[in-house]
Amino acid sequence: MNRRVFMKAGAMSLVTMGLNPTFLRRAVFAQGLPGGTKGKILICLFQRGAADALNIVVPHGEAEYYRLRPNIGIPRPGTLSAGPAGVMGNANSVGAIDLDGFFGLHPSLAPMKELYDRGLLAPVHAVGSPSNTRSHFDAQDYMETGTPDNKGTSDGWLNRYLAVRGTCAECQKPSAFNAVAFASQTPRILEGPAPTIAMASLDDFTVRATGSDVQRLEALYRTGSADLIHGAGAETFDAVKMLKSANPQQYQPANGANYPNSPFARSLKQIAQLIKSNVGLEVAFADVGGWDTHVQQGAATGQLANRLGDFAQSISALVADLGEKMGDVVIVTMSEFGRMARQNGTGGTDHGHAGALFVIGGEVKGHKVYGKWPGLAREQLYEGRDLALTTDFRTVFAEILSKHLGAHGSEKIFPGFDAKQGWLGVV
Amino acid sequence: MSKLLTVVALGAALTIVPAFTNPAGTGPATREQTADEQVKHVLNRLAFGPRPGEYERVRAMGVDKWIDAQLRPDRIDDRAAEEFIASHFPAARMSPGDLMSQYPMVNAAQLARRAQGKQLTREDSVQFMQTARRNYQFIGQLMSERIARAEISERQLDDVMTEFWLNHFNVFVAKGQPERYFLADYESNVIRPRAMGKFHDLLEAVAKSPAMLFYLDNWESMRDSTRPALAQDNRAGMRLGGGALRRRPGAFGGRGIGMNGMGDPRRDSLMQLAAQRRPKGLNENYGRELLELHTLGVDGGYTQQDVINAARALTGWTIDRPRQDAEFVFRAQMHDAGEKIVLGHAMPAGRGMEDGEELLRIVATHPATARFIATKLVRRFVSDSAPKALVDRAAATFTRTDGDIREVVRTIVTSDEFFSRAAYKSKVKSPFELVVSARRAVGAQPDTTPRTAAIIARLGQPMYGHQAPDGYPDVGDAWINTGSILNRINFGLALAAGRVPGVSANGWPDANALARAPRDSQVDGVIRTFLRGEASPDTRKILLSGTNPLAASAAAVDTLTADDTEPMMRGKQNNNLPGARKLGLPSGDPLGRGSPQLSGLTQIVGLAFGAPEFQRR
Repeated sequence: MNRRVFMKAGAMSLVTMGLNPTFLRRAVFAQGLPGGTKGKILICLFQRGAADALNIVVPHGEAEYYRLRPNIGIPRPGTLSAGPAGVMGNANSVGAIDLDGFFGLHPSLAPMKELYDRGLLAPVHAVGSPSNTRSHFDAQDYMETGTPDNKGTSDGWLNRYLAVRGTCAECQKPSAFNAVAFASQTPRILEGPAPTIAMASLDDFTVRATGSDVQRLEALYRTGSADLIHGAGAETFDAVKMLKSANPQQYQPANGANYPNSPFARSLKQIAQLIKSNVGLEVAFADVGGWDTHVQQGAATGQLANRLGDFAQSISALVADLGEKMGDVVIVTMSEFGRMARQNGTGGTDHGHAGALFVIGGEVKGHKVYGKWPGLAREQLYEGRDLALTTDFRTVFAEILSKHLGAHGSEKIFPGFDAKQGWLGVV
Repeated sequence: MSKLLTVVALGAALTIVPAFTNPAGTGPATREQTADEQVKHVLNRLAFGPRPGEYERVRAMGVDKWIDAQLRPDRIDDRAAEEFIASHFPAARMSPGDLMSQYPMVNAAQLARRAQGKQLTREDSVQFMQTARRNYQFIGQLMSERIARAEISERQLDDVMTEFWLNHFNVFVAKGQPERYFLADYESNVIRPRAMGKFHDLLEAVAKSPAMLFYLDNWESMRDSTRPALAQDNRAGMRLGGGALRRRPGAFGGRGIGMNGMGDPRRDSLMQLAAQRRPKGLNENYGRELLELHTLGVDGGYTQQDVINAARALTGWTIDRPRQDAEFVFRAQMHDAGEKIVLGHAMPAGRGMEDGEELLRIVATHPATARFIATKLVRRFVSDSAPKALVDRAAATFTRTDGDIREVVRTIVTSDEFFSRAAYKSKVKSPFELVVSARRAVGAQPDTTPRTAAIIARLGQPMYGHQAPDGYPDVGDAWINTGSILNRINFGLALAAGRVPGVSANGWPDANALARAPRDSQVDGVIRTFLRGEASPDTRKILLSGTNPLAASAAAVDTLTADDTEPMMRGKQNNNLPGARKLGLPSGDPLGRGSPQLSGLTQIVGLAFGAPEFQRR
């Protein structure tokens, strides 16, 4: 309503000035922007650097695990620290947090256990890319393009989803904030023909002019010819205003959500802001690095534990913050591959094969660990050294896209892969 | 004084000279653009926009003479630029070996310290951080050098072509640690010297460059074990290199992106890494992209079997001593010496490096390649839609001249299509073009820090930062969207405020004279200087307006109140760029913090650079 008043009056003032208000004729502008996020939302979180799945979702029921990882293995549930009380708040328990008698979570993931218990969270194990590459570069490329072992793919699977979805006749023109990545450049996963926004922070999404220069700049784009640049400019100013009226600066997380002070948490908090601002967000992406733990990764405490602490607290804060809205949201985590089953010579782990991911949301059939467990005996390992793959990552993503977002055309989103089969029933 | 300036400014803005009456001899009467437009057009297409005084120079010289001169860069004196670059960006001239010894890889430093028997102490960590920081410095130099050249080189067309080929034969800085050491060689020794030479020479130089061999994995592609190797006596005279296949452990340990790929100092682990890295067989990556992206194009009529056989022909083309001097070498042991048929050409069994050489000759002279390269060049120079008739003629020139790039470009930039009304201002500037053209317009000093590179990255085009082998798109749609307009506007404002390195607010030539002029003279001066005198009447009115143009009616201001236009975040901001570091760029906001205060002339300049008109070339 407000916006329409502005349009009308603004246009009149332009006419008074003798300017040619081309923008009024522009369908996009006259149409109005989506008033709220009625639809479903998907949040993709990429752990860059190959997260050590075996110490994240711990197969504590597998004796081989402790033989392969004598120093860095996460002890069985209930194990108490021999030393002084731990810093994890959980007295001095250093063991895995049991999930189902066989798998457990790393002790730093206590906030996620809560989500698991509430039925909101489902780990998927032995999942990943079938490519045998152990290059971060290639594997991230494959996971984001959704085409393992094919480097020629120019777009990412999330963008292909948007593009395929965008072709349906009844679809409304999406909001400028339909797909947002919290990154300085558009990540590979969102590259492609569908419009997306990449920004390091919501604070960036502003015109850095003072006083009435903002209006002058806006007028520059709202007058003149109705071409590509003017059209995008007009949409930009709509989007800036939309975000401003949502007033992210004053944002207070709900439900006592307590975001850690980290870049990753800031990204998640801003995703929550966008969702609650009803600016039409459908797909959000953020990433977090530091998982390439070749050296001294630690066990219940240490390098990886600290990473996981931030990871779990950030996600848990997001879930708390979104509250009821989680009924429309699915969060999926991913990492390019897992790490070697056996610890290396420097208290770390080298590049491996299959990994684990988390699916979180109101529609998720949580409180269950998904995926066929391949075992860790030598002959069960991939190339004799890594966790074997039993679920292709595309199967999980396709199931979420289809059941949660109602996507059609998985053969276009994941070309050359039959993504309609083998669904785990995770949502 | 100011009145005179106004008259001059208006004159430049309003004069319309029909092409055929132009005394400077700007070509045949069939050109649709006026003589004035032709000058602006060539400066925006064959150069990165005009510098102060350049319009007048080209106009005086005559457009066709200027084009002719630009097509012969070797005859253009460019010593000033060369000297500046040599003294400010030494890394851009260094060999991979020199770069590696001066800016060692993080892993290498770690290994060296471990070898001295030291533990991973705090001191070590500091050392690694310093190594990493130095690494970023030299990557920054390589980017800043390209920007500086585009800004100050007199050989503008040569530089436009170098940027074109660097994008056509795209490589990615974060492919793995070694790649960054190959970039200087790639730009200076592989691409630039051949940017206007024969396409086949360029293609072969790229095929043999460590940068491309590493980026598209050909360096580790070897014959499948079922395929025949060369007979022992056929290997005579070939440079074998001791123990080529027993690669030194840890040679490329920790191939992770950026600096977090911590190598493993322990020997057993290194052996595992080495085992991982050992070539396992044929890698089709380069073979495929050679056909699809570098030569024939995706519709170039090749089959998957051609891809495989192209890759087989190129087995053994690898990198010698990749951690030292990193030079091309053909390794006979890796080569698949079996018979192959590529694109209908039979290659007999028992041959070595000549397989790959013949392949490159076949694809470089293929009609599909002529067409594919001609299309991309027409798109770069003329318009996104690449008029077919001109593509046909450019492809014919390509074929007739045995792939002479200079002649293909000449066909394009002297054509009627090039000087057509439809082509004029039809291209959207890429972020690189936007930033460089703005800096040229104000006569900026080249930036010796990586901040301008970081701005270009912020605008969506990180240099050496396109991950996929297809390079950045060259069509307007790809660059213009909601977020990108905002960044472009903010860049214009920062530039006008003197927040961009090498640029001082009102440091451009006419600024002093205009400083005390009336607003309308200032506006016309800015429009003449930065918008080629071609602002729309609306734009001129908006620049003229001393008051809020939308606030004429009080009701107009709805969500946009004066308070609203304050910077959204006061105080602490977090505008760090995630992902910037892995591309070798500084983190932190390259445009500075908050909103710059602009008034008077700087305000008009900021608005002009933020205007739609400046986004086109």
